Amino acid sequence: MTTEEKYVAAAYLVVFLVVLIYVVIMAAKLTRLGAAVAELTELARDRKRSGEPPAKPAPKQVKVG
Amino acid sequence: MTALAVLTTGLLTASIVLIFFYAPVDADGLNQKIFYFHVPIALTSYACFGWGGLKAFLHLWKRPPGADLESYVAIHQGVIFGALTLVTGSIWAKVRWGTWWTWSDEQLVLFLVLFLFYCAYFMLRYSVDPGPQRANLSAVYALFGVVLIPISFMAIRLANSYIHPTVFKSSGPDMATSQLATFCVAWAAMLSLAYFLYRFELAGKKLDANLKELRELLA
Repeated sequence: MTTEEKYVAAAYLVVFLVVLIYVVIMAAKLTRLGAAVAELTELARDRKRSGEPPAKPAPKQVKVG
Repeated sequence: MTALAVLTTGLLTASIVLIFFYAPVDADGLNQKIFYFHVPIALTSYACFGWGGLKAFLHLWKRPPGADLESYVAIHQGVIFGALTLVTGSIWAKVRWGTWWTWSDEQLVLFLVLFLFYCAYFMLRYSVDPGPQRANLSAVYALFGVVLIPISFMAIRLANSYIHPTVFKSSGPDMATSQLATFCVAWAAMLSLAYFLYRFELAGKKLDANLKELRELLA
């Protein structure tokens, strides 16, 4: 590989790596946001459950016969 | 987003194929292959800064919701593409001129000034608490930077003596049709990539803002 070829390869590699690192960072951020959405959804569900009147206990099943 | 990602990947692949298997090697040698990414990246960074300036102007004029965030994301993209312009340009210069950087070239220096100006945008933005004041200050600063774009672009054409090569002249592009076609595909690929990354980052930022609001409501 000549020096010129190495420099051309380096230029294209830099562009590729920067874009790749950027996409990986953004993907990690979106994953973190997804986890936060799940956490808040759970919190909202808990709030809804605690705000509602207690549900009637289900009738106990008894064997007949 | 998926269609945009597919389009971007297709255009980038096509541009790589055209650059290395279709476009002829000219007097500049193999080093000229850097031109097909370096110039489209530079033009895309101008476009990003311009888009950021337009969104900043809209924020100050009509105040549509989200214009400040859109301006910020566009400028962020512009800085990333600006950094890539400087790096790929330096690699090209090392082969052609034997040096990574020269202060005697107006376009190089003016592009660096533009790049540093927009780097300082983030320092200003994050030194002010979030709110209308931060949005207004950021918008005014982004608008000032737009003035530097035509100066940076025209510097090489207005300079009396320069060493930076000029391909696009008033008489038209100074290259073969195959080279021009390759350049156009590479530029379309870079614009598509920038738009995809812009939408990607904007979606993340909007989701983040909505989550913060939701967290406050649930607290």
